[in-house]
Amino acid sequence: MTSIQLRQGAPGAQILGIGGYRPRRRVTNAELETVMDTNDEWIRTRVGIAERRWASEDESLVEMSVAAGGKAMAASGLAADQVDMVVLASASLRVPIPGIGPQVAHRLGIPRPGAFDLNAGCAGFCYALGVANDAIRTGSARNALVVGVERLTDVTDMTDRSTAVIFADGAGAVVLGASDEPGIGPVAWGSDGDQYSAIEIAAGRSTMSMAGQAVYRWATTRLTETLVEAMEKAGVGPRDIDVFAPHQANLRIIESMARKLGFRDDVVVAKDIVQSGNTSAASIPLALTALLESGEAKSGDLALVLGYGAGLTFAGQVIRLP
Amino acid sequence: MSSTQEIQAGVAEILEEVAGVTPADATPEKSFTDDLDVDSLSMVEIATAVEDKFGVAIPDDELGNIKTVGDAISYIEKNQG
Repeated sequence: MTSIQLRQGAPGAQILGIGGYRPRRRVTNAELETVMDTNDEWIRTRVGIAERRWASEDESLVEMSVAAGGKAMAASGLAADQVDMVVLASASLRVPIPGIGPQVAHRLGIPRPGAFDLNAGCAGFCYALGVANDAIRTGSARNALVVGVERLTDVTDMTDRSTAVIFADGAGAVVLGASDEPGIGPVAWGSDGDQYSAIEIAAGRSTMSMAGQAVYRWATTRLTETLVEAMEKAGVGPRDIDVFAPHQANLRIIESMARKLGFRDDVVVAKDIVQSGNTSAASIPLALTALLESGEAKSGDLALVLGYGAGLTFAGQVIRLP
Repeated sequence: MSSTQEIQAGVAEILEEVAGVTPADATPEKSFTDDLDVDSLSMVEIATAVEDKFGVAIPDDELGNIKTVGDAISYIEKNQG
């Protein structure tokens, strides 16, 4: 019998570069007050958002991905032909065929990579990071581009004030490369498919509905164990964490999670939701980019990330910032 | 089994912790949203705190029927085991 040969992968993968793209149009709570029955105080106390970015027509999923991906590639120092895998996470593709991963790769000059789209809702970025990390670890890829991109405004009912004030648009990307010292911990992931309808575009509809209370309860009670699992799998404790960057869904969820985990007092908690709203699969790389740009986080910091959302899905890991 | 009085005190304690409601204000006739300014997400936090404290389950569809402090107290009385 001829045996199938396996490839030796890298001991680990690390994040070499990160980049984000924020749509030009800034939408404040005051602007929303003029078009729907809501107000600044209501939005700030419920979800913690002060403003968000809405994509214009020319800021398509592909264009935003290329912009964010290009920044991450430039920051990584890699040439395009050194990248051999592209994973693009999005939950807001209006056209399912074709997937846009290959096109984004082509636009960035990445020659013939393994490229595909991945939909794990707001957990998409962390799922994609886990898949790309494992591909490098097993030798299927050497360097990978991971993109999270959304135009949630395309799938949001602008007359539904419970979702219209929350959802927004943007893209974030990281470039991973093989490394001797692991810069990405094992993924702690899972799903609760019994709650598939908690966040959904129901049959015959074109916009998303969300059972806010159910999702809030799930996020504040069921996900703490996943965060602990991500740290345990990486062999680090809560006091080793420098930066906590969960999916930017709701400021109250972020603060509730941060309180429960026993971080150091000087831990930096990502609150990009205040400026960016909920950008689903793009929120974690965008939040990390904001922290690195402002200097609140620095290269080499140990960060705990967690994505969670429609599915319901969740995935988290410990990463070292580039 | 907790007595009605103990339950009321427990609910008042949770309300103070989650929503900053003065315990003396947490009387049975008070509406969470209209009188005590508790929003829908704080109601979820109150529900999970009640579940932990009294060992009762409050599913989301039941939570919608709990409008007043008194509703919460009688729900706990009925369902505590």
